[in-house]
Amino acid sequence: MNAFGMIVLVFLVICAIATSVSKNLLVSVVIFMAYSVLMSIVWMMLESPDLAITEAAVGAGVTSLLFFITLKKIHAIRGDEEEDHHDEQE
Amino acid sequence: MTNRNDPPKNRFVGWLMGEENPLDDELELIVSTSQQEGRDVLSLEEAERQEEAEELRREKLAIDEKSQSVRIHSWAKHQGAHWLETLYRIAAVVLCGAIIFFLMTTVVALPPFGAENNPYNNEVSQRYIEQGIPETGAVNFVAGMILDYRAFDTFGESTVLFVASCGVIFLLKLNDHSSGKPSRAMLEAEYDDRHHEPKNDGILQFAAKLLTPVILLFGFYIVLNGHLSPGGGFSGGAVMGAGLILYLTAFGFEDTRRFFTYKMTRWISCLPLLCYAGMKSYSFFTGANHIPGGVPLGTPGAILSSGFILPLNICVGFIVMCTMYTFYALFRKGGM
Repeated sequence: MNAFGMIVLVFLVICAIATSVSKNLLVSVVIFMAYSVLMSIVWMMLESPDLAITEAAVGAGVTSLLFFITLKKIHAIRGDEEEDHHDEQE
Repeated sequence: MTNRNDPPKNRFVGWLMGEENPLDDELELIVSTSQQEGRDVLSLEEAERQEEAEELRREKLAIDEKSQSVRIHSWAKHQGAHWLETLYRIAAVVLCGAIIFFLMTTVVALPPFGAENNPYNNEVSQRYIEQGIPETGAVNFVAGMILDYRAFDTFGESTVLFVASCGVIFLLKLNDHSSGKPSRAMLEAEYDDRHHEPKNDGILQFAAKLLTPVILLFGFYIVLNGHLSPGGGFSGGAVMGAGLILYLTAFGFEDTRRFFTYKMTRWISCLPLLCYAGMKSYSFFTGANHIPGGVPLGTPGAILSSGFILPLNICVGFIVMCTMYTFYALFRKGGM
């Protein structure tokens, strides 16, 4: 495996660990998106472009969107609360 | 006392008739006699002394018991909890280590990537590679596999997606679009949605205006070229769905409804599934076999080739697009 592949794999492992270690859920989801993009590059290197396209569209796009919606619905995004507070003060 | 040895039935009859149970008197009698005997034997002083001793003994017992329980509780609270936690951590580490060990052993035992004599290089993949293009007409083997050899499986998957979007609509839909007017619940959801984010974010809207047509076109290109190049119905549909979601996020319902209404969504997700069923339901009767003399396969590599794969790709793409869009719209806004 060439140097680029090794770098991508190392970043993949770092992203996988950081996703579970991160305290902030929003940050977790963003790191998970990065993981999906790296994973699609890995699929590309393994010569399966079909999976690469699907991973980029579903893993990085739609899944993360659904995660964002969920975080918004359960008010887990911190900006929400601050804005609420701001509105109340006004 | 006379009827003490009577059979129980007679006693029961007697009890029914209102007689007293002779055994009760007897038991009471025995108890009272023993008490009286004790009192007769012991003098008053002795009884007092005995009572004092008994009391002392009881107090001592209580103190002992209390100290013991305190000791046990404190042990459980401090040392025991500590031990338990240590045990828990050790067990967790051992379990993780064991799982990692077994998984790594498996990974090490796997055949090397891309080696010639790997188990998956068997007659099945050989057949696909050698006979794939002549039999299916698809240059992209994957499309040939999932939409020709395994088309019936893909039909099941599309049905799963359709049923999933139906379930989401059943559970989460707020408004009734038959009247054409958004209901109060839907307006509230829209307000709640727009309250915490900029209603007219210039950057987002400009980017969406530029990108949405490109994304939709690219998705449709992936779908149409599913049998020629990497991609296919599922990936192309996901890309198109993402484009629609981007447009909806940037401009809201009012603008999206100009070209993509709920009614359209219904038609777009139902019709392709019916088309798919119409094209492939002969597998119910023929099994894995094709109908002889079906659609001509055409020249491999041309856009109009490979028989049913192109229309099947379009069907799957539309179903996936509608499912993605339905998920987003209903989870986010409770409507469409």
